[in-house]
Amino acid sequence: MMEEVKEVTSTLSVDGHNIKVTEVLKDGETLTFLIVSLKLSSTGEYHVDRTYDDFEWLQQHLFSQEDVPGIQGVIFPPLPAKAQVNASAKVMKQLGFLGLEDWQPYSKALETFLRQIATHSILGKNKAVEIFLTSSDPPGRQRVRKNIFNRLSQAVEGMRKEGHKDVDEFFQTERDHNLVLAGGAKTAAERFLDVVQTEQKIAVACGHFSTALHLCVEPGEDLNKQAFSKLCVKLSEVFASMKKNITSVAENNVSTLGLGLDLESRYQEAEKEMLFRRTCKLVELETARRNAEKAKPVKKAAVSVTFY
Amino acid sequence: MIEVMSMYRIRNPEPTKQRSVCTSSASEPASLPAEDISTNSNGPKQDSLFDDDPEDLFAEATEEVSLDSPERDVLLSDGPSPAITPITPPTSVITPRIGLPHDDMFTHSSFDEIEEEEGGDSFDMHISVSDPEKVGDGMNAYMAYKVTTKTSMSVFKNHDFSVKRRFSDFLGLHSKLASKYLHIGYIVPPAPEKSIVGMTKVKVGKEDQSSNEFVEKRRSALERYLMRTVKHPILLKDPDVLQFLESSELPRAVSTQALSSAGLLRMVNKAADAVNKMTIKMNESDAWFEEKQQHFENLDIQLRKLHASVESLVCHRKELSVNTAQFAKSAAMLGNSEDHTALSRALSQLAEVEEKIDQLHQDQANADFYLFSELLGDYVRLIIAVKGVFDHRMKTWQKWQDSQMLLQKKREAEAKLQFNNKPDKLQQAKDEIKEEIEELEGKVQQGERDFEQISKTIRKEVSRFEKERVKDFKAIIIKYLESLVQTQQQLIKYWEAFLPEAKAIS
Repeated sequence: MMEEVKEVTSTLSVDGHNIKVTEVLKDGETLTFLIVSLKLSSTGEYHVDRTYDDFEWLQQHLFSQEDVPGIQGVIFPPLPAKAQVNASAKVMKQLGFLGLEDWQPYSKALETFLRQIATHSILGKNKAVEIFLTSSDPPGRQRVRKNIFNRLSQAVEGMRKEGHKDVDEFFQTERDHNLVLAGGAKTAAERFLDVVQTEQKIAVACGHFSTALHLCVEPGEDLNKQAFSKLCVKLSEVFASMKKNITSVAENNVSTLGLGLDLESRYQEAEKEMLFRRTCKLVELETARRNAEKAKPVKKAAVSVTFY
Repeated sequence: MIEVMSMYRIRNPEPTKQRSVCTSSASEPASLPAEDISTNSNGPKQDSLFDDDPEDLFAEATEEVSLDSPERDVLLSDGPSPAITPITPPTSVITPRIGLPHDDMFTHSSFDEIEEEEGGDSFDMHISVSDPEKVGDGMNAYMAYKVTTKTSMSVFKNHDFSVKRRFSDFLGLHSKLASKYLHIGYIVPPAPEKSIVGMTKVKVGKEDQSSNEFVEKRRSALERYLMRTVKHPILLKDPDVLQFLESSELPRAVSTQALSSAGLLRMVNKAADAVNKMTIKMNESDAWFEEKQQHFENLDIQLRKLHASVESLVCHRKELSVNTAQFAKSAAMLGNSEDHTALSRALSQLAEVEEKIDQLHQDQANADFYLFSELLGDYVRLIIAVKGVFDHRMKTWQKWQDSQMLLQKKREAEAKLQFNNKPDKLQQAKDEIKEEIEELEGKVQQGERDFEQISKTIRKEVSRFEKERVKDFKAIIIKYLESLVQTQQQLIKYWEAFLPEAKAIS
């Protein structure tokens, strides 16, 4: 299993720009995604089905490439949080836009993830990517042991290190800027989600009004009754089409700006993690230097003593 | 506001009669078409009146004023001025003359005359309620509204005049009209409801969004109330209505102050009514009434459902407006922190567009509310008045039946007397009974007449109500659709202006 990924450099046999996640299948509690990729050399496509665990496998393999120089400086394309059928409210909130519309935006987000990995100059060369996209068997679903590429949230000391002043001005500005942008993008995404969800509520309310109007239709010979019924029917149609309009406005909002803001927000987080890794390395380096400095005079004294 | 042509225009069967009325009235300009009843002229009208039902005028002298309508019980203080009779010109009757019994009831047949004679009249009247002004301070403060009437109808002295009124004046007007007309079958439009919470906020002096909204909501409701009232051809001519619209000083309506006690009394009366309704088993000889009552029950339920839907729609739209504004802010912040100039500019523009759209959403929410929600609310309350009128008919029937039963009993008693052997007491008792029987016979006849009259009135009123309902809804729907189209067009304009900005990003 591990031999497969020792071969770090390989070229992808599929067109990285054209990967599609075409379908989402619900099988009990798990979601399965159908991925279609175009062959580069010949005509034809690879059709594979993967679950979220497979995506995580891929991500872990990419993280654990220890012999690729500078791998820790890569801003890893962010993988969305795990999607579950009948997810709890907390999970749905975290997913934001991706949890809407019956997993369509989620599939789109996965698609973006795969495309960015496949076209990445460093990451795309990993064999795991090829296996993920082309192998008909699902890649090993065992968990690769986690290494230092852990989530920010775990380390309490992470909070301390995060504020550690940088030696390089470029990076300090970048870190500060990233903090602002990450916060801004997250807030914008959340607020836009509120807008979209309210639009959906309005659609539902229009639907109710339309139905209620339809119930007002009365048969009868009475002229007034007929006139009133006609009014109600017409208005009911108006509100039904309003409902359709707002529903499609909401859908479009999600699939365009919604996904965009979501991706932006997650990417800023990914950049934050990369910068944090660098900061950790910086702290390590400084600590090591300090220890070395401390050790020098002691050793010197010890060495000097032994000479006497 | 939409001009409403009087529906009687179509039904007018006697054009010639009108012209004779027209020429004898002095106050109208010659250019006006055949006008509403000019009650200044007593000549020709009175003749026709006397021709039709000479008895009616005199029968009233023995009529008891019915005191069992709940409105009357509760609101006693300022007596309503007598309702119009064709003999007394409205402009001269300002002070109530309660003493004379025949002024308290109307000549029912004369109303038919009025309604038919004004056939050619076009309803040309526009009332607006505006300029809410806070008068006074603290808990004694109140809002004064300017009521402006623009009309060319001859019933009024001027063509364009305005007065200052406060909310309790409107309630006072309604209570007077209700006590005069409800129990004989006229659908009196209900006045807007009191709101202690809303008014207290205004009194305390909070100049915030919600109290402004409250005042605007009330202003609009008062305007609709007045327009509905004057659209009713009978109510328009009522001296109380005219006084309300024209006279600069109005006696304070005291009865509306004690909300809690009046409300309580009303509730008690409602309960009593409910019990009464259950015990009144009316033999409905006329299927029309049964059908109509069912119809109004259904309408009531439907309208309430509609009202609830619209309210939730309005609520969500307001929420959308708030959320859009918040998003606009966060987009602006994002735009400010962004380095890439084109993207930054695009984001700032997006924020601006969203702000404008927020305003649009608010306007749309207002349209939803003021057009639909308030209309539906008005009609739900109107239907309560309609149901009340049907109830009065039942009560009138009950009264008639009661008199009839009493008469029956008295006749039986009279028959029994025949077999009494005490000659000295016999004659006296016989005379007494004869008197009572005559009285009761009169009452029975009157009861029957009242019942016939109220049934007839209700038929007309319901027909008018239904026509008005269709007109009202149609007008509102048209207005709403126009506003919707406008909003959508504006939305398109905003986004089209933004598009080049977005394309210029890379």
